[in-house]
Amino acid sequence: MKMNRLADIGQWILERFPLAKVWEDHMTHYYAPKNFNIWYFFGSLALLLLLNQIVTGILLTMNYKPDAHLAFDSVEYIMRDVHWGWLIRYMHSTGASAFFIVIYLHMFRGVMYGSFKQPRELVWIFGMLIFVCLMAEAFMGYLLPWGQMSYWGAQVIISLFSAIPVIGDDLSLWIRGDYVVSDATLNRFFAFHVIAVPLVLIMLVFMHLVALHEVGSNNPDGIEIKKYKDENGVPLDGIPFHPYYTVKDIFGAAVFLLFFATVIFYMPEMNGYFLEHANFIPADPMKTPDHIAPVWYFTPFYAILRAIPDKFAGVVAMAGSIVVLFLLPWLDRNPVKSIRYRSGFYKKALLLFVISFISLGYLGTQPATPTLTLFARFFTAIYFGFFLLMPLYTRWEKTKPVPTRVSPHHEIEDDLPALIEEITVLKPSASEIGDPAFRGAFYNRRPNPDGIMKVLGRFAKRIVESLD
Amino acid sequence: MKTLISILLLLSAVSFGTNASAEPHLRKANINPSDKVSLLRGAKHFVTYCLGCHSAKYMRYLRIALDTDADQNTVLKEIAPEGAGIYDQLHTAMNKRDAEKWFGVQPPDLSLIARSRGADWLYSYLTSYYIDEKRLFGVNNMVYPQTAMPNPLWQMQGQQVAKTHKTIWGESLELELDEPGNLSEKEFDQLVNDLVNFLVYVGEPEQQERKILGRYVLSFLLVFAVIAYLLKREYWKDVH
Repeated sequence: MKMNRLADIGQWILERFPLAKVWEDHMTHYYAPKNFNIWYFFGSLALLLLLNQIVTGILLTMNYKPDAHLAFDSVEYIMRDVHWGWLIRYMHSTGASAFFIVIYLHMFRGVMYGSFKQPRELVWIFGMLIFVCLMAEAFMGYLLPWGQMSYWGAQVIISLFSAIPVIGDDLSLWIRGDYVVSDATLNRFFAFHVIAVPLVLIMLVFMHLVALHEVGSNNPDGIEIKKYKDENGVPLDGIPFHPYYTVKDIFGAAVFLLFFATVIFYMPEMNGYFLEHANFIPADPMKTPDHIAPVWYFTPFYAILRAIPDKFAGVVAMAGSIVVLFLLPWLDRNPVKSIRYRSGFYKKALLLFVISFISLGYLGTQPATPTLTLFARFFTAIYFGFFLLMPLYTRWEKTKPVPTRVSPHHEIEDDLPALIEEITVLKPSASEIGDPAFRGAFYNRRPNPDGIMKVLGRFAKRIVESLD
Repeated sequence: MKTLISILLLLSAVSFGTNASAEPHLRKANINPSDKVSLLRGAKHFVTYCLGCHSAKYMRYLRIALDTDADQNTVLKEIAPEGAGIYDQLHTAMNKRDAEKWFGVQPPDLSLIARSRGADWLYSYLTSYYIDEKRLFGVNNMVYPQTAMPNPLWQMQGQQVAKTHKTIWGESLELELDEPGNLSEKEFDQLVNDLVNFLVYVGEPEQQERKILGRYVLSFLLVFAVIAYLLKREYWKDVH
């Protein structure tokens, strides 16, 4: 009786709102390739982090004061007197860094498996817009604690706009709302950080997903699964997103949260990378710190900026380093998507790019000595070389034949028993005493140096081979 | 491929070589923020030797009592200065005008000094004063040269002098105790460590709570990850 009444209400809603249809179209009857590997966790993790940032951010605004005289004190008030305030704040600050780690890996996945190529160019463009929004969001959020690095970091970055000819000075004045970074700047950055940019971000994430679900996901083999369908129109290499990838992503989220919680509870400053030491000193407009370094996720671009001797040219190069990413779908001329079937030359180029990106990130945290600047120039050249020479070297690439169907489903955990067997040996004691049934158990074994060396050697050989 | 790797190795070796900094060598502080007795001793030292000029305005006497399981009246009587209430913050009695007249700058608030400088820096700084007649207060500091702060602990430590030592690497300054203080070297070391321990605690009073809570959260997540994995395996066993 009662159940019937409830079902009636449900039916009443469904006749007026297409909830079931949306759920079907995007979850239970949305087919994703079945060969996703570990790289495909980062999309859903980014969504999880966006949610984390929004929830903790709302809670933080309840006690934060966007006022140059009160901001620093209010953050310490949250850290000390607000119940669970420290946890909320660490979740937000660690979440910001984790967001960039996840997004960088997500983008790298896209480059590696050619997920930006036809027909997914718009997915990539929306993703890049999200990345730019995220940088703006992070930059403006970093001013809010009103510490020395917040203040001087913002001062340096806003002053970059003054390098633009003719309108530069007026433009940077307009952005700051004052001649220096001040209360006016703090208030407008608060407004942007808390409402304007998040709204744009959520809208872009929505468009990113709509575009993705229109064309379908790419996969580690770079094959279009929609080419081979069964009689019901279901891709042969596809599986319904729900429940298969929802349960898989829940597991991915659990593993991610283990790392995330370790940082929050045991190393929230991450040695000065997630929360910079100098930011525990209140902003002082009269005292410039000796060494101004942005937070780690901006340092590759900051290193590019400093590598160029001329200020305006540096700003152009920094902006260019992000603009080239937008152009990627048209720079890469090779129709083969996945790195698995591309030439050794491309693999090495990509490796060089990764090394130069990480090196630039490191150099951006260091003071610009003449030697380090020389290195920064070298890696900047590789960074741009990778993208700008792409139309040339991707054209005469010798690619490998691409299979028509995805490679057989393979899980790392299937190899685990054999791997454990190889890198460990049975403890001598265990073979004599104890139940024979437990002899193979993990706790009865000890590491086997020969086996470990053999596995490492095989792994190294595979890495070297995979570059050809 | 081989040449590529060797070039990269060479480059990284050179870039690390150029990274040798001119930072002063810091000695390690021997502290334990979960040692409540040490924290109370440190609080006492802070009020005695630091609070005259420096505040720790984000801290209240009540919080010290709660976090160290100490009796509130004992904290008021033994640690807080005359006339302070249990809800008061650790404010200095020195006002800004006087401070600027006497020292040129207002001494900074020390609530977060351990988070911006680190425990080892504070420990090394407080033990690295030496006689320098050229300075206003007659002392200089190895870790923070030209410091505006006189040595607050000189009666306990005694007076150190800087002696130049010649080594194969060139000349180096080393500190030697010239005139012993009221405390033995070991007692003084304990005093500085207690003080630094207190400053580290003041920088982040909830840090013990954080570490304890972390164990529960991580244990839960571990169990959750195992269950999530089993669920995933159950769903995926038919996918080939």
